[in-house]
Amino acid sequence: MTGAPVLALRGVSKRFGAVQALTDVQLEVHAGEVVALVGDNGAGKSTLVKTIAGVHPIDEGVIEWEGKPVSIGRPHDAQALGIATVYQDLALCDNLDVVGNLFLGRELKRFGTLDEVAMEKRARELLDTLSIRIPSVRIPIAGLSGGQRQVVAIARALVGDPKIVILDEPTAALGVEQTAQVLDLVERLRERGLGVILISHNMADVKAVADTVAVLRLGRNNGSFEVATTSHEEIISAITGATDNAVTRRQARIAEDAK
Amino acid sequence: MSTETPTTPTPPAVDPRLLVRKEGLAGYLDEFGRKVRSGELGSLPVVVGLIIIAAVFQWKTGHFLNADNVTNITKWIAGPGLIATGVVFVLLLGEIDLSLGSVAGATAAISSVLAVRQGVNEWLAVLIGIAAAVALGALHGFFFSKIGVPALLVTLAGMLAWSGLQNLVIGKLGTVNNLNDGVIANLDTYFLGDGDILWAWLAAILSIALFAAGQLLDARRRTAAGLPARPIAEIAMRTGVLAVIVLVVAYVLNQDRGLPLPLVLFVGIVAITDFVLRRTGYGRQIFAVGGGIEAARRAGINVAWVRTSVYMISAGLAGLGGLFIASQQGSADKGLGGANMLMNAIAAAVIGGTSLFGGRGKTWSALLGILVIQSITTGLDMVGAEQAIQYMITGAVLLAAVVLDSVSRRTQKSNGRG
Ligand SMILES: Nc1ncnc2c1ncn2[C@@H]1O[C@H](COP(=O)(O)OP(=O)(O)OP(=O)(O)O)[C@@H](O)[C@H]1O
Ligand SMILES: [Mg+2]
Repeated sequence: MTGAPVLALRGVSKRFGAVQALTDVQLEVHAGEVVALVGDNGAGKSTLVKTIAGVHPIDEGVIEWEGKPVSIGRPHDAQALGIATVYQDLALCDNLDVVGNLFLGRELKRFGTLDEVAMEKRARELLDTLSIRIPSVRIPIAGLSGGQRQVVAIARALVGDPKIVILDEPTAALGVEQTAQVLDLVERLRERGLGVILISHNMADVKAVADTVAVLRLGRNNGSFEVATTSHEEIISAITGATDNAVTRRQARIAEDAK
Repeated sequence: MSTETPTTPTPPAVDPRLLVRKEGLAGYLDEFGRKVRSGELGSLPVVVGLIIIAAVFQWKTGHFLNADNVTNITKWIAGPGLIATGVVFVLLLGEIDLSLGSVAGATAAISSVLAVRQGVNEWLAVLIGIAAAVALGALHGFFFSKIGVPALLVTLAGMLAWSGLQNLVIGKLGTVNNLNDGVIANLDTYFLGDGDILWAWLAAILSIALFAAGQLLDARRRTAAGLPARPIAEIAMRTGVLAVIVLVVAYVLNQDRGLPLPLVLFVGIVAITDFVLRRTGYGRQIFAVGGGIEAARRAGINVAWVRTSVYMISAGLAGLGGLFIASQQGSADKGLGGANMLMNAIAAAVIGGTSLFGGRGKTWSALLGILVIQSITTGLDMVGAEQAIQYMITGAVLLAAVVLDSVSRRTQKSNGRG
C-alpha cells in the first residue's frame, strides 16, 4: 500500500487488572485496504478493536489518525474521527424498521420533526450502492434473516461516512450465501476507498477479501503478511506460534495415513 | 487477490420474496390478509369488539346508542383515558407504572385543596397539581433509571406513598367539592359554544381535512422523492372511513348537548402525543429504548433520561386525568384514582393494541381501549349488573387482550417479526 496510513497504532498496550491483554501492538490501515486481524481465542482481537473504537482507552502507546496522534477516550471520539464499528453482537432495535435503525441516533430532521422521506431515500440509495437486497426498508429488523441483519448493521456503520470500518467476526453466524453477501460488501467498501479491519477466524474469508493479515498472539503482534504472497500454512503457524503445532501435526498425520 | 468475485456492483435484481403490494383495492385486501396472518393485528380486534359490545347492549337495553348515552361515554373516557395514555408511554419502554392511580388522586387532591381551601387561583392550583405529578414521576424515574430499582417495585412504593399523600392533603374534612363553574368543574361539564352544533361539525370537518391534507402532502413528497407512495384511491378510502366515523359522532353529539370539552381535550392530547411518538426524535428514542437498550445506548441515546422523562410524562398525564375525574365526580376525595382505576387504564392500553413487551404501540390505543372498557361498564350499569360482575367481565376482557398480545407476538416471531 502506498501513502500514509489513515489509522496507525504504535506500541499500544492494554491491561485489565492482572491480564495484559495487549502488549506493544502495531497496526496500520490505509485507505482502500482490507486488513484482516486474526489470532486464536483470547489473543486480544476484540480488545484491540475496542481500544480503537473508544470502548477501552489505551494504557500506553499512540494512536495516529492521518499521521497525527489522537486520543480516543470515548466511543464518541472514534465516531467523530470517522471510525465506525460493527460489533459481534449487532445491537439493532428489533421493533424499528430498517430506515429507523440505519439512522438511529442521527435522524434527519425537517422543521424539527423526523424527515422520513429523506431518510428513506438516503437509505435506499445507500443500500442500492452496496447492492444490498432486503424485502423492504420499512420492515421491522426482527423480520430479517441473520445475514440481512448483518448487512443492515454494516450499512448503519456507513451512514456517518466513516473512513475506517471495523467488523468483528461479521460472518461467524452466517450461511454460505450470506457469508458471500457480506464478503461482497467488504469488497465494495474497499472500492469506495474505505479502510476495513476485519476480524475473522475463517481463513477462507480472510484469503478471499483481505489485502493484509495482521496476526495477534497472546496480545502481541506475531507477523503481518501480504495475503497475495503468503500461504495458508504460514498464517496458521503465526497464529499458533510455531511451525510445529496441532494443525501441522494433524496434516502430517493425515498425510501419513493417506500413504 | 479476489479475482474470483465480481467487483462491479450488480443492480439489485427483483427478489421474488420482496413485499410488493399490488395496485388498488385488491392489493390493499391482499396486504391486509397477510398482516392478519402474520400477527400484525393492529386495531382490528378492538374495533370488532367495540362493534359487538355496542350491538349487544343496544339489543339488550334499546337505548345504549342514544345520543345522551353516547355523549356521556365520550365525556367519561377522558379521565381514565388520559391515565391510559400515560400507561402507553411506559409500556412502550417495556415497563409498567403501578402508581398512576395514586398520582391521579394526589394531583386532584393537591389542586382542589389549594383552590378551594387555600383560595389559590384555580388555574395556578391546576398547574401546581400537574407540576407535582410530574415531580413524582421524576422521582420514580430517578430510582428506576439511576439507582436501578425495578420499575414495578418503585411504582408499587409510589402507589402506596402517593395514596397516603392524597389522604394527608385531603385531610380529616374529607371530600373537597369543586368550585362552582370553576376551571376543574368545567373540564367535564362544559360543551363547546355552550352546545352550539357548529362546533361539532367544525371539529369533524377540520379533522377530516387535516387528515386528508397530511396524507396527500406526504404522498406528494414521497412521489417527488421517487419513493413508493400511497395511491390516491387508498387515501380517498381511508379519508372516507374516517369521515363517516367522525361525521356520525358529530351528528349524534349534536342530537344531545353538542361537543363536550373533555372529548376535545382528550382526543387532542392523544393526537399530540401520537405525533411526538411517531414524528419526533424524542419519540424515536422511546421506541429505540423499548426495542433494544444496548442498541439505543450505542446509538448515543441517553437511556436514563429517556426513562426518567417517560415516567414524568406518564405521571403528568395521570395527574391531568385525575383532574378530569374530579371534575366528573364533582369533587376530589380520598378514593379518587383508587379501586380498579389503574387496572382499567392498563387494560385499556393493552386492549387498544399496545404491547406489554415494549416497543410496539400507539397512544390511539388508549382511546380505543378506554372506549371498550367504558362501554362495557356503562352497558352493564344499564342492564343493572352488579359491580362484582363488572369486575369479572373487565378482568376477562383484559385477559383476552393480553392473550391476543402474547399470541400475536408469538406469531410475529414465527413469521420473523416481533
Ligand atoms: N473487560 C475485560 N476485563 C478483563 N479481561 C478482559 C476483558 N476483555 C478481555 N479480557 C481478556 O483479554 C484477553 C483478550 O480477549 P479478547 O476478547 O480481546 O480476545 P479475542 O481475540 O477477541 O478472542 P475471541 O476470538 O474468542 O473473540 C482475554 O484473556 C480476556 O480474558
Ligand atoms: Mg472476540
